[in-house]
Amino acid sequence: MKYVLSDSFVITKRQILQLARIPELLIFSTIQPVMFVLLFRFVFGGSISTDQPGGYVQLLMPGIFVQTVAFTLAATASGLAEDMKKGLIDRFRSLPISRGALVIGRTFGDALLNILVLVVMAIAGVAVGWRPTSGFMRISLGFLFLFAFGYALSWIGIYVGLVVQDARVVQNVGFLVTFPMTFLSNAFAPTTGMPKALQYVAEWNPVSSMVAACRQLFGLKNKFGATATSWPSQHPLATSLLYMIVLMAIFVPLSIRKYANTSS
Amino acid sequence: MKTIIAEHLIKTYDKGAVRALDDLSLDVTEGTVLSVLGPNGAGKTTTVRILATLLKPDSGNAQVAGIDVIKHPDKVRELIGLSGQYAAVDETLTGWDNLVMFGRLYHLGKQQSINRANELLERFSLTESARRPIKTYSGGMRRRLDLAASLIVQPKVLFLDEPTTGLDPRGRMEMWGVIEELVKGGVTLLLTTQYLEEADQLADEIAVIDRGIVIARGTSDLLKRQVGGERLEVTVENHQLAETTQIIEKISGQSAQIDAALRKISAPVSTGSTALIEALRALDEVGIHPLDIGLKRPSLDDVFLSLTGHVAEEAVAEPVKKKRRAKK
Ligand SMILES: Nc1ncnc2c1ncn2[C@@H]1O[C@H](COP(=O)(O)OP(=O)(O)OP(=O)(O)O)[C@@H](O)[C@H]1O
Ligand SMILES: [Mg+2]
Repeated sequence: MKYVLSDSFVITKRQILQLARIPELLIFSTIQPVMFVLLFRFVFGGSISTDQPGGYVQLLMPGIFVQTVAFTLAATASGLAEDMKKGLIDRFRSLPISRGALVIGRTFGDALLNILVLVVMAIAGVAVGWRPTSGFMRISLGFLFLFAFGYALSWIGIYVGLVVQDARVVQNVGFLVTFPMTFLSNAFAPTTGMPKALQYVAEWNPVSSMVAACRQLFGLKNKFGATATSWPSQHPLATSLLYMIVLMAIFVPLSIRKYANTSS
Repeated sequence: MKTIIAEHLIKTYDKGAVRALDDLSLDVTEGTVLSVLGPNGAGKTTTVRILATLLKPDSGNAQVAGIDVIKHPDKVRELIGLSGQYAAVDETLTGWDNLVMFGRLYHLGKQQSINRANELLERFSLTESARRPIKTYSGGMRRRLDLAASLIVQPKVLFLDEPTTGLDPRGRMEMWGVIEELVKGGVTLLLTTQYLEEADQLADEIAVIDRGIVIARGTSDLLKRQVGGERLEVTVENHQLAETTQIIEKISGQSAQIDAALRKISAPVSTGSTALIEALRALDEVGIHPLDIGLKRPSLDDVFLSLTGHVAEEAVAEPVKKKRRAKK
């Protein structure tokens, strides 16, 4: 047990080495979010009118940040499923390494990748006019939230990867979960445009609370429509934090147990 | 002392529809080699994975070096090395990266992991390709690297699941050499294979398994005797069949089997190549020059046929092959 962390780091290092050996992987995982920034900024940016000082891009960037870290779920899941397929997991499991090191290590690796992606996206955001106004501390806290959200989601990814065990299926499952989650939210457009029933779904969507929390931390006023008086709308920071804690509390033990009992 | 013990292992899949192991028991004496010989689907991999703590049996017991594999898998993992049926290394990383990583996971220090990796790469003639991704390795190189990865901490007990399947004859010979060295080093080895020849070469004892159960056990000589030992086989022109049969039967001292369609005559012999030379001389004297002549050692198919009365499972899917066998 005393080796949990050091074993996990070895696994994380492996993931970094893989990225070094296949630089394309790294390039594409950073190009994609940058592309989203550019597309939304220049394709939709013009058509979505807002009275937000500084323009739509101020509202958009937190949405894109959250969407991008939400994709961690699929990335973690497919990475793990890839390992399961190759029988490599058998070798890892026949080694005297700590229970869970393999999956913990992977979540660390994906977290590191997220830091890089967030930095690249922030730079891209600034380049297209994103100007957070809340000061260094609150902006940093915003990024810490994003990072933590990605980390919590990668534990769902671990579970999905262990259950599905097929990288291609996992990719699809990942998109099937993350796309509706990001679009049924306040990330890109105000929820007021949605039918009433969907507005309530969007309001309880963790992505919405995350986006709202980030907007708040980046110095924007949060704009809610029909659900403005609900608890998650009024306390986006607390709601997001709660979601992350609950997700981790469920999926960390669940995934580690699942890993211990899974054979590929 | 028995280093590996498996007792009454049962493992089913698909809610009991597939009985991968059906009351399988075996044991391996310390410092010896047991070869588990069986056709596709016999349960070799399942057995190895249970013993290597990767799979829990539905029922039954297993011990490695006196430790219960089901109750204390962690302790067992410290003692064993496993090289699975399919090379389990990280394809995108180099051979060196892989070995250093596995060294670290065995909790060797950084420098120690590096030294051990270099040592093993040298020993398995992989130094030159150490810095290339495994993706670029040939099947034989992969296999060797996989074996190297299972030897990082010089395990006392080693499991090798079909270490030479898919290798060319040279690769196979090389692998045999490597395995023989390991055995000299005193390791207790359980090795699975589909080739009687391989079991013959490497094992002190052989356990033949089929449909999840051990159907025969013993030294390779014992098994071969059970099957009937070597046979002399001659193929001649149609009109020479009768005369040839007489000659072969005289040398063999037993009655010959004749396959008229293939124009092949075969009879058991006990004197090996002497019988072959005798047969060639005798045939030459009467002016018969056989199309083909040779000593045939019993194959896994023969072992199976004689032990179970049915051909190895795989053959069922290939009706042509089965038909030919049925004629014998
Ligand atoms: N995960 C699984 N689900 C269902 N059936 C399985 C599973 N794993 C193995 N089996 C079945 O169990 C039986 C034994 O399989 P096993 O892999 O142990 O055979 P094997 O002797 O190693 O064969 P091979 O020579 O092809 O490697 C086979 O009938 C196989 O189809
Ligand atoms: Mg097998």
